[in-house]
Amino acid sequence: MVQLKVLLVDDEKEFVTTLAERLELRGMDVDIATDGEMALGLVETDPPQVVVLDVMMPGLGGMEVLERIKAVDSSIQVILLTGHGGTKDGIKGMQLGAFDYLIKPVDIDELIEKLNEAAKNGL
Amino acid sequence: MALNLKNWFNIKERLQRFLEVEYTEDRYHNLRRNIRILMIALTIIPLVLMALINYHQYQSSLKEEIVSPTKLLANKTTHSFHFYLKERLSLIKSISYFYSRDQLCDEKTLNHILYTLKKEFVGFVDLGLINGDDGTQICYAGPYKLLGKNYATQSWFHEVTLKGTYISDVFLGYRKFPHIAIAVQRLEADGQSWIVRTTIDTTMFDNLIAAMGLDSESDAFILNKDGVFQTNSRLYGKVLEHCPIQIPSGGYATYVVEKKDPNGIDVFLAYAHLTYPEYTLVIVKPHSAVLKAWYALKSDLVVVFLVSLALILIVVFRLTDILVSRIREADQRRELAFRELQHSHKLSSIGRLAAGVAHEVNNPLAIINEKAGLIQDLIQFSPDFAQKEKFSTLVRSILQSVSRCRTITHRLLGFAKRMEIEVENLDLNELIQEVLGFLEREALYRNIDITVNLAKDLPRIDSDRGQLQQVFLNILNNAVAAVKDEGRIAITTWEKDADTVAASIEDDGCGMSEETCRYIFEPFFTTKKEKGTGLGLSITYGIVQKLGGDIEVKSTENQGTKFIISLPKKSK
Repeated sequence: MVQLKVLLVDDEKEFVTTLAERLELRGMDVDIATDGEMALGLVETDPPQVVVLDVMMPGLGGMEVLERIKAVDSSIQVILLTGHGGTKDGIKGMQLGAFDYLIKPVDIDELIEKLNEAAKNGL
Repeated sequence: MALNLKNWFNIKERLQRFLEVEYTEDRYHNLRRNIRILMIALTIIPLVLMALINYHQYQSSLKEEIVSPTKLLANKTTHSFHFYLKERLSLIKSISYFYSRDQLCDEKTLNHILYTLKKEFVGFVDLGLINGDDGTQICYAGPYKLLGKNYATQSWFHEVTLKGTYISDVFLGYRKFPHIAIAVQRLEADGQSWIVRTTIDTTMFDNLIAAMGLDSESDAFILNKDGVFQTNSRLYGKVLEHCPIQIPSGGYATYVVEKKDPNGIDVFLAYAHLTYPEYTLVIVKPHSAVLKAWYALKSDLVVVFLVSLALILIVVFRLTDILVSRIREADQRRELAFRELQHSHKLSSIGRLAAGVAHEVNNPLAIINEKAGLIQDLIQFSPDFAQKEKFSTLVRSILQSVSRCRTITHRLLGFAKRMEIEVENLDLNELIQEVLGFLEREALYRNIDITVNLAKDLPRIDSDRGQLQQVFLNILNNAVAAVKDEGRIAITTWEKDADTVAASIEDDGCGMSEETCRYIFEPFFTTKKEKGTGLGLSITYGIVQKLGGDIEVKSTENQGTKFIISLPKKSK
């Protein structure tokens, strides 16, 4: 089975590193970015299959990052992750080409399932 | 001017204070009373004033109208009397000049003169010549035997020798017939004097009074200066009797006074004094005869006044009722609108607050979740170690708590998110049956009798299934909580009108007070103390409103509660 390459983008460092470790434990190749700029840099230098993107971030917001990722490579799948319940963001994200959106805190098994689905979708 | 303006403002203020009533239960009652008093005062006072002014004006002008013809009549008749008596006096005077004493001493001549007088003038009875010195009648023509009679001791003889002429009051002559006597003295150049005397009956007096043409209720008569009747009075006595009415003496004009006559009747009294002889003509007209027209007018006036009064009262009362009920309705509508607005404001601000809190809590919660998850992973992927099982249990407990927290934050987010509706065509009856499925077990266990009365052919509606499920579940849960064991719950659906279907959920549980009823849709209002969040019914209310429907509640304490939910057939 091909190793799934994932990029986690969230300004909460504690959250993102821990989640990365857990995914790696489950055999995934995980990169971390703590802001939008960094994420876009990584997308260009080392493009992942799936990006898990926090919507609310200081500086470059999730929606803009999503747009720019899609502009770089539309085959990269993006799963939006939000602490906010507003489905408006969800709908807007989906319109911009996001694969799905999840609300924090997220169950690890649910996330893995979504990642696999997204990866399949990206092929 | 400044002072006037100040006064005006004072009045305005006072009026406002009068109409402003305190905010109490019977404020509308007071308002209605005050408006009525004000309106009645403002309309009735001018009406009464106008009626009184009219009354007095009519009365005085009418009286004037009655008084002046009577005055005129009295004047005319007085003149006639005056003229009549003066004419007779002149006639006798002329005879005394035309004939010498010797001629008049001849009985034949005297008889001839009397004959001529009787023929040409009315009322002459006899004619006599009297010696001016000793008062003996020296010649007489007439029906009585009066020749040689001496008048020296009689008062009229003295008066005629003193004044030259004399007109007597009425007296009863030998034939018991009312007469007056007229005497004239003639002084000769040689110093001798003689007197011509005649008696005249008073038929002419009666004729003159009859000529006034008075109506049957009125009366007219002549009095002498002592108040003795000189003519018959129809109402107050016969000739030579004393008149019971006191007539004021003095004055030469015609006077009209109002008096009570001896019979107690209100009369107009018109009188005029003759200068010579001192007679008084009196006309008596009772009020009732004179004022007939006035009484008719007065009763008309009273009727008009009473009718206007009744009309004013009816209009004022009806108008005030309408006015006050309009004000009350407007107040109620305003209060309701204000409450609804407040409610929706509260809902939306709570929605924002909930979303904010949930978001802030979700981030740290996500970190806890991942950290604990990682610990669990690490435990799982590492070989057995001391107390591995214990660690595993602890971490699972943390994760369970996180999961519980997540449920809460997601629910809070959901509360904020209620705005979104997924519309589908659904059968309300079917939806209620589904919801009832959730409650079946508890109902069975507590022996609650659930009566379902669903309308057949209930039209399908366009609405949000999930949201409606929540609405009905919420209300049914409340109903189940409200009833005692073996209580009753009835569910009914019907087609309310062309655009609306409705469902009612009625229980015979503990019910609510009016106060509670007013607040049950408010967020955080709860009667369940620690058990409830106070969000259930406010969410329900929000959903129904969003779906374009309406929810109302009727409740009586200790008797039960009824919720009625109306939903549009087509979503807006």
